[in-house]
Amino acid sequence: MSTVLVLVEQFHGAARRAGLECLAAARITGLPIVAVVAGDGAEKAAAALGKHGAGKVIALTGAPRWSPDAVARDLAAIAKELDAKAFLAAATATGKDVAPRVAALLDSTLHSDCTGLRNEGGSLVATRPWLAGKAIATLRSSAPVFCATTRPNAFAATETGGNAEVVTRPASADGKSVVTAIAEKVGGKLDVKEASVVVSGGRGLRGPENFHLIEELAAAFGSAATGASRAVVDAGWRPHAEQVGQTGKTVSPQLYVAVGISGAIQHLAGMRTAKVIVAINKDADAPIFKIADYGIVGDAFEIVPALTRAILEARKH
Amino acid sequence: MKIVACIKRVPTTEAQAKVGADGKSLDHSGWQYMASFYDEIAVEAAIQAKEKHGGDVTILTIGPSDAAKEVREFLARGADTGVILKDADWMSRDPRWTAKSLAAKVQAIGADLVFTGRVATDRDNAAVGQMLATYLGWACVTEVVALELEAGKGRAKRETEYGVESVEFSLPAVVTCNKGLYEPRRASLKGIMAVKTKPIAEEAPVDSGVQAVVVSVEIPPARKAGRIVGEGAAAVPALIAALRNEAKVL
Ligand SMILES: Cc1cc2nc3c(=O)[nH]c(=O)nc-3n(C[C@H](O)[C@H](O)[C@H](O)COP(=O)(O)OP(=O)(O)OC[C@H]3O[C@@H](n4cnc5c(N)ncnc54)[C@H](O)[C@@H]3O)c2cc1C
Ligand SMILES: Nc1ncnc2c1ncn2[C@@H]1O[C@H](COP(=O)(O)O)[C@@H](O)[C@H]1O
Repeated sequence: MSTVLVLVEQFHGAARRAGLECLAAARITGLPIVAVVAGDGAEKAAAALGKHGAGKVIALTGAPRWSPDAVARDLAAIAKELDAKAFLAAATATGKDVAPRVAALLDSTLHSDCTGLRNEGGSLVATRPWLAGKAIATLRSSAPVFCATTRPNAFAATETGGNAEVVTRPASADGKSVVTAIAEKVGGKLDVKEASVVVSGGRGLRGPENFHLIEELAAAFGSAATGASRAVVDAGWRPHAEQVGQTGKTVSPQLYVAVGISGAIQHLAGMRTAKVIVAINKDADAPIFKIADYGIVGDAFEIVPALTRAILEARKH
Repeated sequence: MKIVACIKRVPTTEAQAKVGADGKSLDHSGWQYMASFYDEIAVEAAIQAKEKHGGDVTILTIGPSDAAKEVREFLARGADTGVILKDADWMSRDPRWTAKSLAAKVQAIGADLVFTGRVATDRDNAAVGQMLATYLGWACVTEVVALELEAGKGRAKRETEYGVESVEFSLPAVVTCNKGLYEPRRASLKGIMAVKTKPIAEEAPVDSGVQAVVVSVEIPPARKAGRIVGEGAAAVPALIAALRNEAKVL
């Protein structure tokens, strides 16, 4: 029977939310779902995937080190054994690393970073942004296997209450590249692509020493990530992993707060799909206000601390 | 070492999107072009690898003859040879098609190291480098922010959502370059003069048939204009109320 194969990313035995969202996307295909988890903790992460719609979970175990080409080889082999009709992964750093290799091994093209998926009379149709979201394309594929990655935050991870059969399978040994170490982020800091709230700062903050204001506001929201404009990344005030925009990361959080960011077209390209946009800028004519749902005109140094206190207060109730 | 840097001609970031007459493409009229942002870093990585380890650098692009402008710029920065696999439809090819065409040429060149951008800023596939390596049967490290090469192998760092990964890989390899790896150099006047009349080879790309089928292209509706809730810290309560009661995100 044809199936949809899903790479569900996990870390330390817990499925990552982007992986669960990908399972939600897989359910749209209407095909039976086979999920694959790999790496340290795979077996532990496998158990919870039935609830998210996986009928079967294959845990790739025993690999001494993570190797994207080895994982891709295993996924392609499983896809062939199952005669999978589709292969999905989340468009995270790991998913983007592995999925194109799986697609190539299946000699199939890949639709990257999809924001929508439909089953039209048995044929899968994906929607995805072009030009950083300036256009949205609707695509089919004549490939032997429909391969796609799903954009984090574009599909809602929901539980269906099912139960999955879990099997283990020995992972392929080291491939041509292996991960030898991971310097984990301290304090489990969220990435801008994954977080449901992103608070970004721009040149209006005047210097790196003032970004504690952005960090404190992000912390007040609970699970928020801190982002930045390219101007402050280029100036070395913030790490480039935080850059939002056409040449940085494209984010679709529930809430995006832009502080001291003018709203250049290249920045807007990276955050225009946020559900709600808030802008704080001292210039009432700043272009960011043309796209923001709610704006406050004024000095960030006065407004942000007040907003941080108010958010903390509001979340108590 | 035989080194290749793959570059793609893409519209500048200011380009406006307009749907073409067929409803399935973008109208390119009025667009200006540039080499994709990350490809500048790929070229810099290729030139630095040559400077450290010897060899030569080929700039390889699938695109129109006009891409000679970008290729020549990179020759002026220190690359040795430029090749255009001439294709008027380069922007609508899918990543499999592009990777297969590049793979055939990389093999013909006899390269052992290929640099690409992490993503081309037109279709935002972030896939061609990985697919190219897979078709070649090579190692591939993606979104690289630090790189060291030695005989037959390399070490790299890449950023993920959960931290920075250290990766060891064997050569030959494809490395996809991220911001932070290197700062692209500028061409010197001497370099520009030296390559002014340098021939850039044009060849036909291998055509493996496009699999991605465009059904339609749309321009997303502009966001509804929002409102200024007020000025200064005094406006904070109004913002909180709006986020809680209207937007329902608190
Ligand atoms: C090829 C290319 C790619 C690019 N890619 C990106 C990208 O990916 N991401 C990106 O962000 N940019 C990108 N840019 C750069 C972009 O064009 C802008 O230069 C950049 O976004 C500006 O950053 P900014 O808003 O922080 O700074 P500015 O434009 O300088 O804006 C600072 C803002 O802060 C406000 N301000 C000043 N003081 C205060 C205060 N005390 N309180 C409140 N507000 C204050 C000002 O009114 C102003 O609006 C790219 C550009 C090019 C050419
Ligand atoms: N038409 C092309 N010609 C040469 N290189 C390309 C082409 N398309 C993509 N690439 C390379 O592959 C990288 C990733 O592209 P993409 O997967 O399309 O985002 C680019 O940064 C280039 O280095």
